Amino acid sequence: MTAPIPFPTRPQPIVSLRNFTRRFGTNTVIDGLDLEIAEGEFVALLGRSGSGKTTLLRTLAGLDGPSGGEVRVPESRAVVFQDARLLPWKPVWQNVMLGLGRRDARARAEVALAEVGLDHRADAWPLTLSGGEAQRAALARALVREPKILLLDEPFAALDALTRIQMHDLVLGLWRRHTPAVLLITHDIDEAIALADRVLVLDGGRIVAEERIVQDRPRNPDAVLRRRLLTCLGVVSPEPQQNWAEAAE
Amino acid sequence: MARTGAIARRQKLLTIRFGGARWVSPLVLLLLWEAGSHSGLIPARTLAAPSAVLATMWGMIASGELGHNVLVSLGRAGLGLAIGTLIGGALAILAGLSKRGEVAIDSPVQMLRTLPTLALTPLFIVWFGIGETPKIVLIAVATTFPVYLNLYNGIRSVDSRLIEAARAFGLSRAAIIRHVVLPGALPALLVGLRYALSISVLILVVAEQINASSGLGYLINNARDFMRTDIIVVCLMVYAALGLGADAAVRLIERRSLAWRPTILEA
Repeated sequence: MTAPIPFPTRPQPIVSLRNFTRRFGTNTVIDGLDLEIAEGEFVALLGRSGSGKTTLLRTLAGLDGPSGGEVRVPESRAVVFQDARLLPWKPVWQNVMLGLGRRDARARAEVALAEVGLDHRADAWPLTLSGGEAQRAALARALVREPKILLLDEPFAALDALTRIQMHDLVLGLWRRHTPAVLLITHDIDEAIALADRVLVLDGGRIVAEERIVQDRPRNPDAVLRRRLLTCLGVVSPEPQQNWAEAAE
Repeated sequence: MARTGAIARRQKLLTIRFGGARWVSPLVLLLLWEAGSHSGLIPARTLAAPSAVLATMWGMIASGELGHNVLVSLGRAGLGLAIGTLIGGALAILAGLSKRGEVAIDSPVQMLRTLPTLALTPLFIVWFGIGETPKIVLIAVATTFPVYLNLYNGIRSVDSRLIEAARAFGLSRAAIIRHVVLPGALPALLVGLRYALSISVLILVVAEQINASSGLGYLINNARDFMRTDIIVVCLMVYAALGLGADAAVRLIERRSLAWRPTILEA
């Protein structure tokens, strides 16, 4: 199960931002950002709150335009938000097929829901779903569109730790099967390291660090990489205990 | 488990006992009223006895007089309500969905709504005469405002995150209005409709005092001229039943169309 890492022969980038700038009044949120995402690549974007993560995602999702620079995103894109944002007045399967007027809608929705393990709740009202179930439905809604780029905006931040681990496996499985490019926005370093081919750190509207991870999944925790990323995020962590122990040996 | 079961049973018994008690005092009052009428304490020209009212009602139902006039009144209220709901709904959609609509519509409507509709009666009589038109226009005008105010509010308070999500999934503006905005505003519209229904009955009472030759108002006016308090009481009962029926109708619509709401799911 080797992840399709587009390296060293990098295919044509599917998303490319060049000198992307976004200002709100006099407040420059994103300042001359360059970003390329290759076809099928899994990229994680780390950043503290206020680093411009949300602004970047809104632009990639087509909800917001740039103040300057060049933005190229495929039309075929789908978003999973932190809050599932299902329409409470439509049963789950209609939410999955929202805006896709197809004749075999019900059947297509059931296939997508089965993929995320939620086919038994196809007729449920969204407000009766648990947090994890709602995010599964949101994933199904995104995947049923067969997007070229899947945008995940802190999709697991509101879930409990156990559900989060299950969702990580689910997302990896779906990514391997459907091979979209993925941009995962998160503030969880361990999540980024566990899932992504490439980890970017966004701070003050610029990308301040980039780490490529070639290790096969599932991955062992990499304390050195973790600390390096933490430092980029402005969190000064003490040397981990185990390293002291190793040094003493 | 057994203990909570016992508590639940006791609570049920309590509600039955006190639920039954709620009917006792109205019944006693009715009996006192009947006794007062029979003993001559309450003259029939002041207030007819309950038994006389029931007998009159039965007679009016049997002769078809009551049914015919209730239908005439219902027709007026229904037509006025339908027009008012359509106008109020259309204005709210225009004002709720666009900035330009809001500027053009909202402030005049907010100004007009402070007018007591019934104060417009003389003006409507001058404009429309004393036929059916002023009655229906009065009801339509009075019901426009609650529908407008609630639906406008409902449209404006639809969760913007849901609209954003729909936009991210490439829905057109029309599709967003159809799938997100209007269903999201439906609970507010139903609240407005409930207000509008009770207002339509209220205005009906007054509007039918304008030279009516049929309808509940006509029955009451006639009964007043002949001092038939029994007929007046029958008509009052019908008005009350109309109000209750209207409320029940909206609640039925709510239960059907808002089945997704958790408060209703739990009930």
